Amino acid sequence: MKRDVKHEAQLRRQIEAVRTGTQSRRGFVAHCATLGLGAPLANLLLHDAGLAQSDATSTTPAYKPTKRGGGGALKLLLWQGPTQLNPHFATGDKDLEGCRLFYEALIRWDADGNPVPVLAAELPSRANGGIAADGKSVIWKLKTNARWHDGQPFTADDVVFNWRYATDPATAAISSGHYAGLKIEKLDTHRVRVVFDQPTPYWPASFSRFPMVPQHLFAPYSGAKSREAPNNLKPVGTGPYKFTDFKPGDLLRGTLNADYHQPNRPHFDSVEMKGGGDAVSAARAVLQTGEFDYAWFLLVEDEVLKRLENSREGGGKGRAMFAWGSAVESLMVNFSDPNTVVDGERGSAKSTHPVLSDLAVRQALSLLVDREGVQRYIYGRSSRVTANYLNAPERFRSSSRKAEFNVDKANALLDAAGWVRGSDGVRSKGGKRLSLLFQTSINAPRQKIQQVVKQAAQKAGIDIQIKTVLGSTFFSGDVGNPDTSGKFWADLQMYERNGSPDPARLMEIFTSWSYSQQANKWQGLNVMRWRNAEFDAAYKAAAIELDPAKRAALFIRMNDIVCNDACVIPVVHRAEVAGFANSIVAEFTAWDEQLSTLANWYRN
Amino acid sequence: MGPYLLRRLLIALPSLLGISVVLFTVLALAPGDPFGELATNPNVPAEVRMALRAKFGLDDPVWQRYIRWLIAMLHGDWGFSFVSRVDVDTLIWQRVPVTLAVIGMSQLLALMVALPVGIYAATKPYSLFDKIANTVAFMGFSLPTFFTGLLLILLFSIKLDWLPFVFRADLPATGWQWWWESFKQSIMPITVLGLFQGASWTRYVRSAVLDVIRLDYVTTARSKGLAERVVIMKHVVRNALIPVVTLVALTMPQVFGGAIVTEQIFRVPGIGSLLIDAILRNDTPVIMAVTFVFSCLVILFNLIADLLYGWLDPRISFR
Repeated sequence: MKRDVKHEAQLRRQIEAVRTGTQSRRGFVAHCATLGLGAPLANLLLHDAGLAQSDATSTTPAYKPTKRGGGGALKLLLWQGPTQLNPHFATGDKDLEGCRLFYEALIRWDADGNPVPVLAAELPSRANGGIAADGKSVIWKLKTNARWHDGQPFTADDVVFNWRYATDPATAAISSGHYAGLKIEKLDTHRVRVVFDQPTPYWPASFSRFPMVPQHLFAPYSGAKSREAPNNLKPVGTGPYKFTDFKPGDLLRGTLNADYHQPNRPHFDSVEMKGGGDAVSAARAVLQTGEFDYAWFLLVEDEVLKRLENSREGGGKGRAMFAWGSAVESLMVNFSDPNTVVDGERGSAKSTHPVLSDLAVRQALSLLVDREGVQRYIYGRSSRVTANYLNAPERFRSSSRKAEFNVDKANALLDAAGWVRGSDGVRSKGGKRLSLLFQTSINAPRQKIQQVVKQAAQKAGIDIQIKTVLGSTFFSGDVGNPDTSGKFWADLQMYERNGSPDPARLMEIFTSWSYSQQANKWQGLNVMRWRNAEFDAAYKAAAIELDPAKRAALFIRMNDIVCNDACVIPVVHRAEVAGFANSIVAEFTAWDEQLSTLANWYRN
Repeated sequence: MGPYLLRRLLIALPSLLGISVVLFTVLALAPGDPFGELATNPNVPAEVRMALRAKFGLDDPVWQRYIRWLIAMLHGDWGFSFVSRVDVDTLIWQRVPVTLAVIGMSQLLALMVALPVGIYAATKPYSLFDKIANTVAFMGFSLPTFFTGLLLILLFSIKLDWLPFVFRADLPATGWQWWWESFKQSIMPITVLGLFQGASWTRYVRSAVLDVIRLDYVTTARSKGLAERVVIMKHVVRNALIPVVTLVALTMPQVFGGAIVTEQIFRVPGIGSLLIDAILRNDTPVIMAVTFVFSCLVILFNLIADLLYGWLDPRISFR
């Protein structure tokens, strides 16, 4: 703690030095590195101090084309095609990706998790008066040259409309949660003020993932009639491409928007998105045969990807690219007892797990996960070994924890805690056997990880039973089904969780007020039914902390609390994978829709 | 025949009702819900998902949902997809042309292979041609379409690089170019489906012709001094084809139902791939509509087959 305070003071002096010009930006970033802070955090600190980012420090590839169009056709392949094109109704990534050909949000997120203005003229900041000192309101300035594809100007009214449209319960919009806890007021034709119910450090949230739809076309279809809007399937946006043709689940086509608000963009004359099929053949069509320029979410074993990339002399026609977000594959530990019924409920919050409530057992389990092996032999390039639940953006990553795989140490821990091996090699203590049920969704890499964990656990005298559940059941909120991840009627379970550039959503699953239980039809996020007063306090503090440095420190502490208590056992940090033709230059981000950067793609 | 037709149509009604009850119940009992994907999306709170379920009536008891569906269906309202919020009939109509073209062509191909090969093999039983035809036919219907499909892709798209393996319903070309491109992209799915179907039909045609060719009236025709070609075409094949026609009529619903596996492999946007997508996403209204249309077609074509049978063979009367 004392060290944190000292660093903070030092950082503040340095930021002032950059402001007055006695210190270069680059020098500041280098200095931050010596403190263990990555470039993104350094840039964020500077940005927050009102020192806008220069291009030199960004990881975005430079945009080379000097005129609009001329790039021919761009062919995208999604093995699940979009089924509708109203972003407010998007049930999955496929729909949001499809929307991104035509629609845009106020901002997008770059590969490092930093916001980039799109329809916003600039990022609001303390310095330009955009962010109020109390953190309760933000003023957005909109671009004045942005027009909808039908020629109407994009104005503040549209922003206000999107909020009203999404939050009207009769509309049944998926985006409604995105606009919760705020009001939007129009200041003039191109400025809006967002007023939050409480101080909100993560103010860009509502204006990124769900893009803007035009008021003049959707206003007559707000509320209960929302389904009848003809433009649900015929988008009219502000984006780089204009809509031409759509067949749900199959094909989507667009053509260059000659009136686009960013200079020299887009590069391609037309764009085509084909849906359907499976991930492996999609990878093949991009990496090996070159029939397509881009394939989305290649959930394919890395070995297969490598083989396709190197399928011809001198390499294939495309390459796989990896984007790192916050996705983390981890084991969750059940703190309630899934096998006893208390108050008519299995896994009741009032019960405690007979075995896993012992910290030694949890720590031993953490030592029994061969993360290195999983990384090398199962996920390959699309994963990194990690001991942290919160891995990205870099500014939130804890550096105090090390991943360790050590069967001897696990044995020693269990011995010391009084767990004695029985005649069958399985440990027990006070009549309670170390026999655990480990469930996950049906997915080849996950089944391999289950085996890896089971074998290591056996060596430490822990018996692990394996259970697999169909993904569509496991992740569903089906109240009648006993096998959902929300009910977690097992001892351990494993899946991937993903968050936004702000870690609050990712860490919310550990808060004691979001227990998953019968009362909320098991929709709560805290499926482990874990509780820690220190964590709760840190989470509440972070929710309203406006100082980014202090806030980052709070999240790092939260990560350390959950990982040290081994209520969650991180396995690997996972990347998003996509296939790109060798000729395509594109920024690839995991913090936003993969096609959010589409306006900047070009062919070399 | 009028009363017979009326009676059959009246019997069809309760069967359709029964089918719809079974389908609906099975779908309602199946695990998962259409908004499952939202559960793993950190940007969508659970309350939103709950509100959607309530809004689309997914939390109501099964019988209420069924009655609602039935009444809407009787009014001609097929409902709308939970996933895309598009009317189901629009979704289905979009897929019909491609399905008819690809599956219809494959059935034609199957007939074009099965008829000559089956008939010729039967006229010369146990000849070399018959033996080869038999072996190939056995291989043809033993190899599943997902296997032959992948095999063709590996050979023609990847090794030889002749044909595209992604089917596109909207080709950018026009005129002759369009026809050529369509031909190139349809050739593999049509071949895979057509040869599979053709192989089993060849066996049927052969055995049907063999049954007839040994009958006395064929010998009579020959002894009258008719040319062998006339004997086969006019006397043998005409009678032998009666069971084959029934068989073909009964497989017709498939033309509309699409071919799930093959469509998935070649990314053909047909009804089969619509159905499998809907099943994977638990999109009940779409699954219900597609399977229900399919069962209607099965019943309809059964009736047509029965009527055809009587027309081809006047000995059968409708009572």
